[in-house]
Amino acid sequence: MPYTHDVAVVGAGPAGLAAAVESAEAGLAVVLVDAAGQPGGQYWRHYDESHARPGDHRGHHGWSAFTRLRDRLDVLTADGRIHYLPGHQVWLITRDDPGVFTLRVTRSFGGSAGRVGAGVSGGTETGPSRAVAARALILCPGGYDRQLPVPGWDLPGVMAAGGAQALLKGHRTLAGRRAVVAGTGPFLLPVATGLARAGASLAAVVEANGTLGWLRDPVGAMSVPGKGVEALQYAVLMARHRIPYRRRTVIREILGEDRVEAVRMARVDREGRLTGPDREVAADLVALGWGFTPSLELPLMLGVDTRKDVDGSLVVVVDDLQRSSVDGVYVAGEATGVGGAALAVAEGRLSALALSASLRRPATAAVVRRLQRAIRRGRKFAAAMHRAYPVPGAWTEWLAEPTLVCRCEEVSYGDLLRACHDLGAEDARTLKMLARPGMGWCQGRMCGFATAEIASCLSGRETTAEDLRSLSTRSLAFPVTLGELAALTDDTASDGTASEATTERG
Amino acid sequence: MTYRMTFRGAAVPAEPGQSVGAALVAAGILDWRTTRGSGRPRGLFCGIGVCFDCLISVDGVPGQRACLVPAGDGMHLGDDARHETVGHGEDGGHAGDAGGPR
Ligand SMILES: Cc1cc2nc3c(=O)[nH]c(=O)nc-3n(C[C@H](O)[C@H](O)[C@H](O)COP(=O)(O)OP(=O)(O)OC[C@H]3O[C@@H](n4cnc5c(N)ncnc54)[C@H](O)[C@@H]3O)c2cc1C
Ligand code: FES
Repeated sequence: MPYTHDVAVVGAGPAGLAAAVESAEAGLAVVLVDAAGQPGGQYWRHYDESHARPGDHRGHHGWSAFTRLRDRLDVLTADGRIHYLPGHQVWLITRDDPGVFTLRVTRSFGGSAGRVGAGVSGGTETGPSRAVAARALILCPGGYDRQLPVPGWDLPGVMAAGGAQALLKGHRTLAGRRAVVAGTGPFLLPVATGLARAGASLAAVVEANGTLGWLRDPVGAMSVPGKGVEALQYAVLMARHRIPYRRRTVIREILGEDRVEAVRMARVDREGRLTGPDREVAADLVALGWGFTPSLELPLMLGVDTRKDVDGSLVVVVDDLQRSSVDGVYVAGEATGVGGAALAVAEGRLSALALSASLRRPATAAVVRRLQRAIRRGRKFAAAMHRAYPVPGAWTEWLAEPTLVCRCEEVSYGDLLRACHDLGAEDARTLKMLARPGMGWCQGRMCGFATAEIASCLSGRETTAEDLRSLSTRSLAFPVTLGELAALTDDTASDGTASEATTERG
Repeated sequence: MTYRMTFRGAAVPAEPGQSVGAALVAAGILDWRTTRGSGRPRGLFCGIGVCFDCLISVDGVPGQRACLVPAGDGMHLGDDARHETVGHGEDGGHAGDAGGPR
């Protein structure tokens, strides 16, 4: 049996970092598992620190908040109060004994450069997969760019908006020379200005919504005042780099033979119905993002309650102490609703304080109340942004039959249409079984949201949480080798728990 | 120091700290595998290890995510005939089209 920690924190982004240091400082024995090689998550993604250069953090918002958390992590790790496993992904969590969770972890990448290995402390390097045990969980898995399929989105040179940003922040690499950034939401602006600052020319930022949308909920939009200043800074940068900002416009098609050469775009109305003629611009990089959507495979594996959020994504239901519906499982950050880094930090801290209070380590009531107030404000702001930048209701009208929806299994919109009309699929689960979208390598991470929306649209109803759940549930969080699976079965042959978990769902 | 890697026999430079995928893109190589179905080219998409579009073989180990693997001096990328079956529990896994020869 591995040593049982008081708490396992999954994810070292803003939420998980805050949760881990706060838990350890409250006296809990913490293990922190993160798929990335260094802390920071998506928001504070940065170049490998062992090869840092002075300019690396230019334009990085809240960088000092990160370094303060990272310094605390370093001290606590050195003291042995946090067992930090960077470069490790959790692929399965089971509850073998009542009150103890077992996390199966494996290296995120097996490259021979070994940067990650250097940071792994106290690890028994016996096999590719290992078990970590803890009495409670704080899950902070964050999320990824939300995608809508568009003809040509599988061409090399098309990337997720956050991915283009990650390449720049994490690898000092510009993914193209002439870029179009498209989709919806305020995040398109930092991506575009970041690319421009790195030397790309920006052919256009293509925003599906009108930009005064926040007026629909001015009170919500004003609930986090600092955000207004940030928005203004981006507006100035957009003007300085002379970046054309096309509102109420969408990409109709991405053109090219074996790589991106151009995009065709067209104006849309408020609901997303096409209104204007097409217009073509040349580009060698297209960055697409429709907001973010949470990574829910670990919470769903444990059976926590989920719901559909204001933005239409599936999120974990938590109470005002970040507790999920499953005893001992706390969830913080994007997984409880997309809301940005500051909110994620507040939720991470609160979950740690709530957990340590439940173990009779008193937390200061005033601090708890302050965090709860900040979280309520942050949620209000996030909801206002979601209402201002929705996925347009009529988006499925942009699809053509040959448009690829599932990139992995190469399932087209036409395949989905046939499964619905000829075979009678009326919900996402049946659609997935009949046409296989979301059954490939990424397990529906890229096409899940879109497939759920297509299923409901073709049946003439609203998307339900159940539609979303059937494309977010994954029997394993990440693919592992059959050898690792087999080792697991040997491991647990006595009680069969884990092998059940791998066959029951899916 | 700049690392030197090879991709299908061609030299690809990398800065220490860059990922394999970033180094390829910086060298103007946007795709390094083809899909099983229609043989379409694929490279980076999500950039953060969740889409699995960027699979590549690194020093003979197939099915690595190019966006995550840190570049290393002397690395051999792509072209490796060995396949490994990988399971994600949905349908028992399938033989990877990743990292195999075109
Ligand atoms: C690609 C990308 C770029 C972004 N860039 C910005 C930006 O520039 N500005 C901005 O305001 N917002 C950005 N965001 C939004 C961002 O998600 C939030 O602002 C913030 O990072 C959320 O914090 P978090 O702690 O909830 O999650 P994250 O920061 O996403 O951190 C989650 C961590 O958990 C890890 N993880 C997930 N599952 C597992 C597992 N099974 N095992 C081990 N580890 C796991 C992930 O690798 C990651 O390190 C970006 C999002 C994405 C996806
Ligand atoms: S680019 Fe998506 S996993 Fe590497």
